[in-house]
Amino acid sequence: MGILEVKGVNKSFGGLRALSDVNLNVEEGTVHAIIGPNGAGKSTLLNCFIGKLIPDSGTVLFDNQSLLGIQPHEINQLGVSRVFQTPEIFSDLTVFENVIIACFAKRDGAFELNAIVSVASQKDMHEKAKQMLIDVNMIDKRNEIASSLSRGDKRRLEMAMCLAQDPKLLLLDEPTAGMARADTNNTIDLLKEIQAARGITMAIIEHDMHVVFSLAEKISVLAQGTVIVEDKPENIKGNPKVQEAYLGGAH
Amino acid sequence: MLGLNKKDFGLLTIVIILTVFAPFILNPFPEGSALAQFNAGYPDLMQRLVIFGIFAIGFNILFGLTGYLSFGHAAFLGAGSYAGIWMIKLLTLNIIPAIIASVIVAGLFSLIVGWISLRRSGIYFSILTLAFAQMSYSLAYSVLTPITGGETGLQPKVSDPRIFDAALAEGTTPRANFFGMFMNDSYELSLAGWVFTFNVGYYIAAIFMVIAFYISIRIFRSPFGLMLRAVKSNQQRLNYTGIQSKPYTLAAFVISGMYAGLAGGLLVAMDTQAGAERMFWTASGEVVLMTILGGSGTLIGPVLGAGFIKYFENIVSKINESILQAWFSFMPEALQEFFVAIFYPFIGKGWHLTLGLIFMLVVIFLPGGLMEGGKRISDLFRRKSKTDSGSGKVAPEAAE
Amino acid sequence: MDAIILQILNGLDKGSAYALIALGLTLIFGTLGVVNFAHGALFMIGAFCAVTISRLLTLSHTVLDETRTDFLGKPLKVDVPYIYEIFGETAGNTIIDWSVPISILFAIPIMILIGVIMERGLIRHFYKRPHADQILVTFGLAIVLQEVIKYFYGANPIPTPAPEAFKGSFDFGAMLGLEASGIIYPYWRLVYFAFSAIIIGAVFAFLQFTTFGMVVRAGMADRETVGLLGINIDKRFTIMFGLAAAVAGLAGVMYTPINSPNYHMGMDFLVLSFVVVVVGGMGSLSGAVLAGFLLGILESFASMTVVLEALPGINQIIIYLVAIIVLLTRPRGLMGKAGVMEE
Repeated sequence: MGILEVKGVNKSFGGLRALSDVNLNVEEGTVHAIIGPNGAGKSTLLNCFIGKLIPDSGTVLFDNQSLLGIQPHEINQLGVSRVFQTPEIFSDLTVFENVIIACFAKRDGAFELNAIVSVASQKDMHEKAKQMLIDVNMIDKRNEIASSLSRGDKRRLEMAMCLAQDPKLLLLDEPTAGMARADTNNTIDLLKEIQAARGITMAIIEHDMHVVFSLAEKISVLAQGTVIVEDKPENIKGNPKVQEAYLGGAH
Repeated sequence: MLGLNKKDFGLLTIVIILTVFAPFILNPFPEGSALAQFNAGYPDLMQRLVIFGIFAIGFNILFGLTGYLSFGHAAFLGAGSYAGIWMIKLLTLNIIPAIIASVIVAGLFSLIVGWISLRRSGIYFSILTLAFAQMSYSLAYSVLTPITGGETGLQPKVSDPRIFDAALAEGTTPRANFFGMFMNDSYELSLAGWVFTFNVGYYIAAIFMVIAFYISIRIFRSPFGLMLRAVKSNQQRLNYTGIQSKPYTLAAFVISGMYAGLAGGLLVAMDTQAGAERMFWTASGEVVLMTILGGSGTLIGPVLGAGFIKYFENIVSKINESILQAWFSFMPEALQEFFVAIFYPFIGKGWHLTLGLIFMLVVIFLPGGLMEGGKRISDLFRRKSKTDSGSGKVAPEAAE
Repeated sequence: MDAIILQILNGLDKGSAYALIALGLTLIFGTLGVVNFAHGALFMIGAFCAVTISRLLTLSHTVLDETRTDFLGKPLKVDVPYIYEIFGETAGNTIIDWSVPISILFAIPIMILIGVIMERGLIRHFYKRPHADQILVTFGLAIVLQEVIKYFYGANPIPTPAPEAFKGSFDFGAMLGLEASGIIYPYWRLVYFAFSAIIIGAVFAFLQFTTFGMVVRAGMADRETVGLLGINIDKRFTIMFGLAAAVAGLAGVMYTPINSPNYHMGMDFLVLSFVVVVVGGMGSLSGAVLAGFLLGILESFASMTVVLEALPGINQIIIYLVAIIVLLTRPRGLMGKAGVMEE
């Protein structure tokens, strides 16, 4: 049984059927990639996982709990962290503050009026935030303002923030979009390290086949709003259905 | 010390020293000298400096940290004033119940306004708060006249019930006090031509301001303050980090509303009157200006901004044409007339024009306010001394 | 029935003013993305254009009238407007009488000029700044403009009458076959309403039928794309701002006979007009117009004695109440579109 189970999800916008009967099963501890040509419905599907869209029918279960109709912060509190296409960070705060916010969020929940203790006195949170920064190789940049970082470093920072929450599932939305080759390879290495060290389940939505085939243990191919193949990477490459979807034979 | 780090404790010490010695600092010129008009060391003005300091410190907790621009904070100050004056009329001339009531009433009022306004953000939020404030102002002038006194406002009368006080003799003026110390009592110290005034009301308000400042430091340095800054920076990321931003912003809104109520209560304690004009949108605009002029989001900026505005309001309003003429009297007559004509619209009753101009200039050229200005100047000097010593590299700032 | 028609009519002139100001605010906001707190000041400046023109027209010099004498038996000193010498006395008097409508001719170029200067000199530099900064700088500008007017014209309202021909009232009651003089309505208010309707129609026609208007509408829908098309947006922004300033100014000029202008009228109207924009839906032109009239009429109904007896003071706050309710139930306003000003 998977940690994230998507069953029979349908979603239409007006007359356009964006998702039709999508089934997906992400096994715990694996890296699962969702690929597909442009307009296949990848973003729509992702938005159904994170509370932004509610499907017309079907279920999305995380740890046997439905994710439908609950707020983004509640989904996160359940253990789903998200990495965005363009890194979403607190750009006018320092790198260290960015990470410690995530640590507090993990400890205190959605709201806690901690107005009297000082941040500096919370030693355990400091230790944790430092450890996260060490894990992503950012510790020497901890006092820099986040907006001054390079794109690759912003991605690292975002990863550190997600990891600080000990997520059960990490959703990555095109984590290497718009990156130079070197940064892309760096990110792949980073994800591999994290996966090796912590065994976090990851669901990656990705365009770049290089990234997908370097990371994924399982791949779901989405085309025209439905999953056409779900298989191991080595079986995907030669699959005629996939080639058809990518080469546009479906029309 | 007191749960503050060295730098913050230093800042608090500076504020304490400044407020304690304000009667000296604000009266640098000897009595009767030509420059005595620039003195600000008299009770009424000094009280206002610290009370509006409190107002601005509170506003900064909302605007400086979360970035939510409220255009209706004067409503909370006004509500606090009315609550305070009723305590003075009904219970006692001792200011303590008045101040407690003003904080509580303003807190409750801001809870309602905030709960509704914070459903929207950005410009919608600003307009909602403005609408609430204008609504309160209109109501205070019309329907609520039995509670607010309408245009005349409210003052304590000899005939008020005041259930905790002994009755006052007919013909005496009710004076607000703190366990027998009257707010408008002063001790004057004459020193070789200088006259320094130490006023009871000022020092009581100053104690409140120091406490208010201390609490704001604690809030700034707390995880709560950090979350508020995160709200300003990126709400989307905050939500996807498992945090709900509304309770945080609402808490900040109510805290800043309570600060405004405290300021309103203290105003009443000092001058024992309350009127609707304190709720007008210009009053809300003024506290915004104080905060950004000093530097929103900085600790001490709003205090400086409030002091700056209230000081110059007082000084500029006092300057008249003959003073202007005296200033430019060293020039040839034609030039003198020219300069007097240029400056005349900005002085005396023209204070609001000056205020508007300062407002624009600050937003255009110095969005970080005086604090940023000071930092730029000190950076300039630092860089100069660096290049002098030959090292071109700027050392990374070590702060945590 | 009479009372209802009367209240609707009463609401129309205030509603027209709200609609015109809100229209300008929406144009600026929709195209330039700037929240202009100084827009009310433009309305006020328009009104003072009318005041200035009427003062210029009555500018006089003193002459001795030999035919008449004062009580001391000396020739009487009479103030004669200069305009008599150009057009003669009868024509001169007519011109003075018609000073408010004449002001329109002068107000259009003046307001466009002021708008262009404002956009080029100030607003332009704030396109990329946060909305809070835009609000603050235009708020400061509004204070400056209103204080400058106060300095030159004083704090008291300045009565500026409508032409003699429009001074009477129109008897709607008689016209509709109801009780005579049951519904009387001043002519000038009718003029104001008709004038506003024409201006609003002209703005909509301009946006609908000209290429310029098409680009502007496209820009309101999707600013980035229009920028990418290589259309010179900058120049169009300036023109839009000038146009919005002219609309606000004309609303002000024509409003002077209804309410004597004073220096703070701009702010009074601005706060309400913002509420109107929000109720109508940020970025929706028709929403702004609709909400302007609706709220004007609603306000007028709330001032009826019957209503006031039941809910004292409701006329003062009705607009704000409606705004709060609308914002909470329909966050985008009556006709707002998704994605406008939503973080």
